[in-house]
Amino acid sequence: MARVDAALEVQGIVKRFGEREALRGVSFAAGPGERVAVIGPNGAGKTTLLSIMAGIASPDEGEVRETNGGAIGWVPQQAALYRRLTVEENLLLFARLEGHEEPRRSTEEMLELCGLVERRGEIVARLSGGNQQRINIAIGLLSRPAVLLLDEPSVGLDPRQRARLWEFVLGLAAHGTTVIFSTHDIQEAERYGQRLLVLADGESLFDGPTDELREAVRREAPEAADSDFETAFVAYLHHRGH
Amino acid sequence: MRWLLLKDLQILRRSPLQAVLLVAYPVLIAILVGFAISRTPEKPRVAFLNEVPSGARVNVGGQQLPPLNVEGRICARVECVKVKDREEAESRVRSGDVLVALILPANLVDKINSLSTLAPGTPKVEVMVNQEDPLKSQLVNDRLSALLAQANLTIARRIVGEGGHYLDLLINGGELKIAGGTFPILGLRATARILGALQPALPAGPLRNSLQEVESFAEQARDNLNVAKPLISRVAQPIEVEKQVVSGSSPPLEIFAIAVAATLTLAFVTVLLVAGSLALEREENAFPRLTRGLVSPLALLGEKVLLGVAVGLVVTLLMLAGLEIFVPLQWSRFGLWLLAILAGGAGLAAAGAALGAVAREVRAVSLLAFMVTLPIAFLSLVPSGSIGSGLSEVVDVVTALFPFKPALQAMTGALDSAGPSLGGPLLHLAILIAAYGLIARLALRRFSSV
Repeated sequence: MARVDAALEVQGIVKRFGEREALRGVSFAAGPGERVAVIGPNGAGKTTLLSIMAGIASPDEGEVRETNGGAIGWVPQQAALYRRLTVEENLLLFARLEGHEEPRRSTEEMLELCGLVERRGEIVARLSGGNQQRINIAIGLLSRPAVLLLDEPSVGLDPRQRARLWEFVLGLAAHGTTVIFSTHDIQEAERYGQRLLVLADGESLFDGPTDELREAVRREAPEAADSDFETAFVAYLHHRGH
Repeated sequence: MRWLLLKDLQILRRSPLQAVLLVAYPVLIAILVGFAISRTPEKPRVAFLNEVPSGARVNVGGQQLPPLNVEGRICARVECVKVKDREEAESRVRSGDVLVALILPANLVDKINSLSTLAPGTPKVEVMVNQEDPLKSQLVNDRLSALLAQANLTIARRIVGEGGHYLDLLINGGELKIAGGTFPILGLRATARILGALQPALPAGPLRNSLQEVESFAEQARDNLNVAKPLISRVAQPIEVEKQVVSGSSPPLEIFAIAVAATLTLAFVTVLLVAGSLALEREENAFPRLTRGLVSPLALLGEKVLLGVAVGLVVTLLMLAGLEIFVPLQWSRFGLWLLAILAGGAGLAAAGAALGAVAREVRAVSLLAFMVTLPIAFLSLVPSGSIGSGLSEVVDVVTALFPFKPALQAMTGALDSAGPSLGGPLLHLAILIAAYGLIARLALRRFSSV
């Protein structure tokens, strides 16, 4: 059923690669400013789902609707930027390609937002993975999206870089941007996601708040109830046949 | 599109090695080609030993011919290094100082003189070669064959000339100079006339009939030998070459060399740059982000082709300007140069885009671009008719599928009015641009695959 206040709605998405069904009728919705974590083991279909929501890939069945008429920002798993250009040149290029009337002003805003004003003239290849990811996200935000899709944004980052990244993303959500991110780190999903969408083998197993998932895990895998959440979650997936 | 173009030029500027190579490569090619075409071909160094006694002369029919000046003739065609004996000749050949040693043995003239005797010998010249290098060996064989053919022709002409003189003497009469003496020769013409005059003085009968037969023989011999004379004169050179151009006109060799160098430069610059730049979009993961509503795949391809054509145009013009130092070019045809470079560059850039879209990875693309461009360029330079007809057809098809050959034809036609017309190559390039553009567009679908 469609949510009245949803910023993004996904309805019955099916995606096939040859004989294999990568997504099997996945549906969910996310409201403005909501943080939704898409979790699941490798090969669950997380990247495929985000790519379809971003418009990079097309579904075989189902549809994606951005309900408020705003743009959907997309931040791919691997930084999609030009490593031989400077931070500023990258932002300026994409601002121009986005058709901004004042691309230099937009670039300044994004430099402020990602905290790289002082490193604006540095070649991206010389920056740390964390800083590259911040620029990657800033480029995704240039279209001033109502919904921001982040595909495993913290992969390869050290704990400090990860903390700074999430601080940045939480700030965006606090200002009303819907954030949908994929991760295979259950603790990260629990910490930064308000709602969790659990995928396994292309199937949607759970869609709800973190507490409800903990309850579902306890209910369906009682033998692992006293273990840490990650172990209990693996037992839950096993009980669900994955 | 202009922002993407600016971005690619910024990236190019940030890759100093790539930028230096792009400039250095055509400059180097220009210098090499310039030196190669501006210097006259060097004569091969030949060790020369003449053992023939200085006074020896060729005799024909007991008469001495004027000196043949063999040494002078040979040394006009090669750089003669005179050696004092066979050991020195052999040593110079062995060390590679000379390409070959040519020895005229002492009995050479005697052997030539024996050709007009009942016991003819075989005149021989001796040659020492170093066969270590097959290319050099082939060069020596070709040069020697040419020299020998020239020498044989010279001697044959002299002998035929003398033979013609004796035939004249036999037919018309005159004086034969032998061994310092002079002998009168009556000649067939005078013989027939005398016999004809004698006939009325004889009574009719067998003797007069016999005299008439002798007179008829003398007349027939005179007439037939008159026919034989031009025949003998053709023996020395029975076949002459009459060249008739039935198709195509060829510009001077140095202009063709410049066209080859310019097209080769254009090909490498555009194919490598476009293919690499397109593959880089994927390696930087930027392609999906760009084609997510910012730029259409077709516009991205257009931008890459434009990048290749722009850089190729600058580099090729720089190269032509450099070659102007060595060979004067027709700057009045500058408009046609531009047309040829732009069309050739677009064709090659489209092929580069297809390679980049198919290979997808920068390293694979670079390797593929070299592996395709270099052999195609060489095949495009194979002259028709120099290989078997079946193979020639295969080469024609293969080279027609890649824009190098039409680009070369367009460049040659643009540089010189004697080159091929521009219409055909430009049409050929237009077809290839469309075909490679389509291949690139289809291959780009795999760029976005999840």
